[in-house]
Amino acid sequence: MPGIELRGVSNFILHNIDLKIHDGEFLVVLGPNGAGKTTLLNVIAGLIPYEGNVLFNGAQIDELPPYRRNIGYVFQNLALFPHLSVQENVAFGLNAQKRNGEDSEARINSLLHTWGLGNIAHRYVGTLSGGERQKVAIARALATQPQALLLDEPFTSLDRGTSIYLQREIKAIQQKLGITTVYVTHNQREAEEMADRIAVMHDGAIEQLSRPEDVFFSPRSKRVAEFIGSPNIFPCDTHRRLTRGLAEIRSGDLVIVVPDDGETVRKVAILPRDVYLSKNPIPGPHINRYIGRIDRLTPSMGHTLIRLRVTGHTILAEQPTEVAQRMGLAVGDRVHVALMLKWIKVLSKP
Amino acid sequence: MNKSRFISGVLPILVLLGLWEAVARLHLAPSSFFFPPFTGVVREFFSLAANGVLGKNFFPSLIRVLIGFTAGSLCGFIVGTLMGWKKVAENAFGPVISLLYPIPALGWLPLLMLWIGINELLPIAIIFIACFFPVCYNTITGIKGIDSNYMQVARTLGATEWYILTHVIIPLAFPNIFTGLRLVSGMAWRVIIAAEMVAIPTGIGSLLMQAESLVRVDIIIVCLIILSAMCFVFERFFIYMEHTMTARWR
Repeated sequence: MPGIELRGVSNFILHNIDLKIHDGEFLVVLGPNGAGKTTLLNVIAGLIPYEGNVLFNGAQIDELPPYRRNIGYVFQNLALFPHLSVQENVAFGLNAQKRNGEDSEARINSLLHTWGLGNIAHRYVGTLSGGERQKVAIARALATQPQALLLDEPFTSLDRGTSIYLQREIKAIQQKLGITTVYVTHNQREAEEMADRIAVMHDGAIEQLSRPEDVFFSPRSKRVAEFIGSPNIFPCDTHRRLTRGLAEIRSGDLVIVVPDDGETVRKVAILPRDVYLSKNPIPGPHINRYIGRIDRLTPSMGHTLIRLRVTGHTILAEQPTEVAQRMGLAVGDRVHVALMLKWIKVLSKP
Repeated sequence: MNKSRFISGVLPILVLLGLWEAVARLHLAPSSFFFPPFTGVVREFFSLAANGVLGKNFFPSLIRVLIGFTAGSLCGFIVGTLMGWKKVAENAFGPVISLLYPIPALGWLPLLMLWIGINELLPIAIIFIACFFPVCYNTITGIKGIDSNYMQVARTLGATEWYILTHVIIPLAFPNIFTGLRLVSGMAWRVIIAAEMVAIPTGIGSLLMQAESLVRVDIIIVCLIILSAMCFVFERFFIYMEHTMTARWR
């Protein structure tokens, strides 16, 4: 039985959404701005009108007002109550539901401790850093022990380091609690790193719902492929484990070192933006470094797509147009190419 | 008090009082002004206080202000809260409020004299009107200015509409509400003096009128100083209350 199910949900943004989110699953809703991601969360939370049905654990909840749906919702702007301290913010839901017993107090203290907020419990939220504010918002959403957690781009305003740290924290806690989670983002890397499954949305509809690697390697529509960024995909002819964590694959004449999780590799892929280019030799060990020739330059929306010929393969790279111009890239130029190991995606044999 | 605060706060007042005393003692003002020295005004203040005239006129004014201010502000707050919170209330009261708000409080005086008569209720009614509209308006503005996400997130946390009103909306609207209260606390005193001058036989305003008919400039100035002091005290009280209730998080 799915934890959350949407049947034929439509409103002024969404078009006939059918979606089953498994109990305890971490679903990431991915899509460009205006795709309807936040609207989808608001429908689940009961904050906006809709047609169709929303079910929690098989039971219809369409008639339930938001305060009876038992949902934890972290808004994009967090909406922390400025007139309350950290502790009062975290306790807000429990107090609102008149659950003020000893258990509640213990739960609040436990959440403050878990999220490292104990020493700032009495500070007002206006005095907190961005990362601390995010933690308060998540702790507040979890305080009422909701049956589902909705997160609307909660880490957008943070620096990358804090964002990655908090992503890992929230994923770990989600797994520990086993809480069904819907996480909205427009950041593809964030989606891949966190999701059990990804729902790609566009124009109020779900274009694709599948595992992260399937979205990447097998986009079901042109829109999904465009949003993902048309990765370079290399089928694997041979696969050889190098060390614990690294393997070497051959795709035609191209030798690529890839992250290894012990399974046989079927395909590898890398996005054009993760292909590094230089006119000079790239320092470091000779791993995933090649020499190529520019075949075509296609400027588009501030970026230039660079088509390269590398040992019989066509590889697409992408650079901001300003950078490409500064490098003086031109068709026919010989360039040094590196595939950044960290961003190589591996599709293993099922 | 440090030196700079003394210079910027007290010194100008002392200079003014010194000049006042000098002008009166040296007869620099035209004789038709009947301009008393500051020390003469102070002496008259104590004399009026000692013979009970001041108390007999001040306390009725104070009570009228307190009743009218409390009732007007409370009603303004309640109606403003309803209008800011519920669209249906805004639709119901909005046009009426918009129509009546621009009328100056003293503009109601002739009408109220006919309807209520010249009695204790008249100044209270005038103060009620003077306080009601600004507090109502500021409360609406405060509530309307609150980010709707606060209400949405409170709903998802299990809060009922009443809980949201009392624990989110009103606390967040406090800064605007207090601005309204601060404005009308001074206005209530200005209005009561005017009402008492026109129609009521007791109160500071009435004492002003009697002093004028007896050409007692010293008593007139005592009354004006009391008016100024009460406006100051009331406004300071609400600044203090606002600071106490919102400074921690603003």
